[in-house]
This record gives sequence, C-alpha cells and structure tokens, in this order.
Amino acid sequence: MLAAKAGITAIGLLAGTAQPALAQDVPRRVVSMNLCTDQLAMLLADKGQLISVSDLAHDPRSSAMVAEAAAYPVNNGLAEEIYLMQPDLVLAGRYSQLATVDMLRRLGIRVEQFDPATSLDQVTERMTRMGALLGREDIAADQITRFDQRLASFRDGIAPRPRAALYFANGYTSGDQTLAGDILTAAGLINIAAELGLVSGGVIPLETLAMAEPDTVVTGQPYPGASRSEEILSHPVVGALQAGRPSTSMNAQDWLCGTPYVLRAIGQMAELRRDVQADRERQQARK
Amino acid sequence: MSRLALGLSALVATLFLAALVVGPAPLGIWHGLQALIAGGNGPEVLVMREIRLPRALLGLMIGGALGLAGAAMQGYLRNPLADPGLIGVSGSAALGAVLALQTGLAATVALGLPLAALAGALLGVGLVLALAGPRGSSLTLILAGIAISALAAALTSLVLNLSPNPFAANEIVFWMMGSLADRSMTHVAIAAPLILLGGVMLGSLARGLDALTLGEDAAEAMGVNLTRLRLVLIFGTAAVVGAATAVAGAIGFVGLVVPHLLRPLVGAQPGRLLWASAFGGAAMLLAADIAVRVILPARDLKLGVVTALVGAPLFLHLIYRTRQEGL
Repeated sequence: MLAAKAGITAIGLLAGTAQPALAQDVPRRVVSMNLCTDQLAMLLADKGQLISVSDLAHDPRSSAMVAEAAAYPVNNGLAEEIYLMQPDLVLAGRYSQLATVDMLRRLGIRVEQFDPATSLDQVTERMTRMGALLGREDIAADQITRFDQRLASFRDGIAPRPRAALYFANGYTSGDQTLAGDILTAAGLINIAAELGLVSGGVIPLETLAMAEPDTVVTGQPYPGASRSEEILSHPVVGALQAGRPSTSMNAQDWLCGTPYVLRAIGQMAELRRDVQADRERQQARK
Repeated sequence: MSRLALGLSALVATLFLAALVVGPAPLGIWHGLQALIAGGNGPEVLVMREIRLPRALLGLMIGGALGLAGAAMQGYLRNPLADPGLIGVSGSAALGAVLALQTGLAATVALGLPLAALAGALLGVGLVLALAGPRGSSLTLILAGIAISALAAALTSLVLNLSPNPFAANEIVFWMMGSLADRSMTHVAIAAPLILLGGVMLGSLARGLDALTLGEDAAEAMGVNLTRLRLVLIFGTAAVVGAATAVAGAIGFVGLVVPHLLRPLVGAQPGRLLWASAFGGAAMLLAADIAVRVILPARDLKLGVVTALVGAPLFLHLIYRTRQEGL
C-alpha cells in the first residue's frame, strides 16, 4: 500500500517536473498532409490540437478513418494554404510533396516527415514517435499495449499454413518485407511472392501466377471508371484460380498505413485462412 | 498463289508456334503444345489456353488487319506513305475506344467497345480522305495525318486524365503504343467479328484497286464504281483498325513496312498486295510480340516501340525518296 502510494507520488512528481518543460514544446496547431500521418494524428492528438488533415483522409477507398476525418478541415498539401493555417508543426510523408515540405521549412515551419511503414513492428514505432511529437506519450503507450495484445491473439497455433497470392493492378504483388506481407504472415498465410523471389514486391506475370497454383488469391478492389491495369484482376486465369475456392478482395484502406487499423486487415485475412483450411478439410473428407 | 504464298504462310505458321512457346512460365515446347491440344487439369492448360493462345491469336488477327488496311489505303491513294497509324486512323480509333471504356458503354452494350473504336476510326479515315483528296498528295496526306493524330492523342489523354480511375492516366502510353500483354479470349471475341468483316470488305477491293492503277477514268471505263470502292475502303479500314485498336492500342508502322517490303514480290499489283500484306502483317506483329517478350520479359515493352524502331527509319527513307521524285 505504502509502496504503491510512493509509486503514484513518484509518477506525479515525474509528471510534475516534466510537464512545464513539455508544455512549451507541445505543438498547439498541427497540420497533417499525408494519409498515414493524418490517421496517426487523429488517433493520438488532443482535442483541438490537430487543425487539418489531407484530402485523402476523406477518401473512403484510402482512409480507414473517414468518419473521424469529417471533423477536420481539408488541406491539399499546398504550401500556401498550409502556411496560412499558421501551424507550429506540419506532419508529412517521406516521399510525397517534397517541394511543399522544402518551402514550408524555408518559411521557418517545423516539418516532421514519416517513412511509410514496411512492417508491423514499425506500426508501434510510428505510434510512439507520433505520441512524442504531439506530447501524448501516455495515450500512445495505451494504444500500443492494446495493439500488441490484439496482434498476439492472432499468432497462436496455426498449421498448416495455406499459400496466398496478393494480386493487384498490372499484376503487382507485395513481398514479405512489406506491411501487406506482414499482414498475411500474421494472419497465418504464406505469401507466394517469397517463393517467387520477390522480397519487397514486383510483378507476377499471369503465367507464373497460374503455375504457382496458390491456395487463394487476394485481389485489390478496382476503382470506378475503367482501366486496363485492373482488367488483369478479371482475367479468366485469375477467375479460374479463384473458382470454387475461398478468395477475397482487400479493403485497401486497412492495408495502406501503419496504424492499428491493420488489425482489421489481419482479421479479414485470418478469416480467409480459416475458410481455406475448412475448404481443404472438406475436400479431403470427400476423398 | 505461288512460292510467295507458300513462303508467307510457312513464316506465319512458324511465328504463331513460336508465340505459343515463348513466355515466363518454364514449359517445355512439346509439353506446352500437348497441354494446349489435349487439355487436362494442370496449370499448363490454363497458361496455354487462356494466356498464350489468345495472345498469339490476337497477334495474328491484328497484324493481318493492319497490314491489309495499309495495303488497301496505299492502293487507293496510290501513295506508299499511307499507314493507318501514321495518318491518324489508329489514333482516332483509340479515342473512340477510350471514350467507350470511360463512359461505361463498353460494359453495357455488346460489342460497344469495338463499335465505338470503329466510329472513331471512321471519323479519322473520313477526315484524312476529305483533306487529302482522291489522289492524296504526300504532303497533304502527312500533314492531315499529323493534325488528326495530334488531336486524337490530346483528346485521348484528356479523357484518361479526367477518369476517376487513377490507373487510367498511366495508360496513355498503352493507347499510343499498343500491347498484347495479358489479353484474354474475351478480347479475341471482341475483335474477331469486325476484323473478319472488314477483312472481307477490303479483300473484295482487289480488282478495283488493280484497275485504279491505270487512272480513275480508265477504272470507271472498266466498270469500277469509284464511289462504292471509296465507301467500302473507308468502312473496311475503319472496321479492322477500330477492332484492332480497341483491344491492343494503336500500333503504328505495320501497314507501312509490310506493303513496302512485299510490293516488289507481287509485281506491284495492289490487288495481290492485299492478301500478301495481311500475311506479312501477321508475321511482323507476331515477331514483334515475341521480341518484346524475349527482350524485356518483365517490363511490358510496348509493341509500338518495336514496330516504330523498324518502321520509322523506313518512313524517313520513303519521304526522302518521294522528295527526290519531286512529288
């Protein structure tokens, strides 16, 4: 009891000494101009701290947090509009809008860039960093604990693992060293890209896909309006590989960013994996 | 029908077989052909019947269509520079196809895609012939072609850029350069009816085009109805080029190179040049499609790149020669 009290006092003291120093650093007007930083910031920011998110955050095809994003004004990632919002911190991606980022830095605005997450480990890294930037370390720590618990719940006793192919427009796929690859692995599926020697991703020709005979094919969801790039997803060969077997198309918004929403993608893939295993058992029973 | 016919059919048959055995999947030649003919349950059958067969068939059909259209237009205009790709017919067909795809017409109407491409090609041929006149001088023909190609390309890019689909804008290159990658039997079924129809129409022009070499008056005296010939030529060209472009994009220079190479072999008779160019075009496109798969297997190198590398120098040579002749 005493020890616990001492502990609480100690925390109080720590917080007490730390807070004044933090209060000056904590940004009050944060603008995010990248889909993934949008979502991390919306998850972690204090009320009123985040003043604008990017237009993509409002796009239901890309963003897992469309409903939340509705509460924030939009920016299109243009230096001019962002400067006029008078932010004290701008959040951006590493590879997009480089000219805007340079311009904002020249104007003396602090810009923090985030690399796209390429593994599940990096999800917690990104959350920790965002928590620190926004002065919300405690909230971030809470969410990370919950994330780790739920992630661990997927990783129990999975065997034998079915072989899955991720197949996107133009025949692109994601390898094992990507977030999508990690999502498959966490859900108990083997990614055939690895068998084909694709580490970070690349093109699987239709012929190679047919010869690899995956247990299930996960395709991207086509955009509205026609494109030749996506026609490959309705090619008779993909149809033949999916016919009579469990298969699904992915909800891209859960796969794109290193946020806790990847858990939804893992859940969807774990369900697919159970369907494939059940299907396989049925077929063996028939024999 | 002679040694030339025999030689050309043997060449096309060989290239067709070669197109069936080239691909990223490591199938043995006999193993693959066996799977193609005998069938079965393995993935080899899928690869042979659903990937390589449609690709080879399209190469055959579209190459033949472009060669035939080039020979017919050159015979009618009596000008060796007329090629459906160069004078803007393929470009306008691509515009029609892109419009059909982006408005959803292609998905709702049976044969909507090739018919829209035909409408675009019809506009292109009509404009070119109206601008170039019946005897199509080289200068007006090429200038009209440049203008129509540029306008069609700009409008195609505009439509693709306005599409809600983010991939569409990246496909401008496909529509300008053409490719047979990842096509299926569906595309064969889309293109085949109009290519056959147009092919028969153009094939029927042999006698008229032969007569036309003697001049328009002489041809009319020989009983050739020039108005009818002109109409059949326009519709036939638009049908074959439209259907070909709708599934494979605008592939240039086939209709230029092939008639040029074969003309001496048929005694410069435009009638005989028609069927010879159909065979020759098929051979050229099959060869080009094998080349793109062998040179850069993983990159989907566009067919138009290969045909232009072969055809553009020849085109320059032809322009140089036409100038020397003072036309």
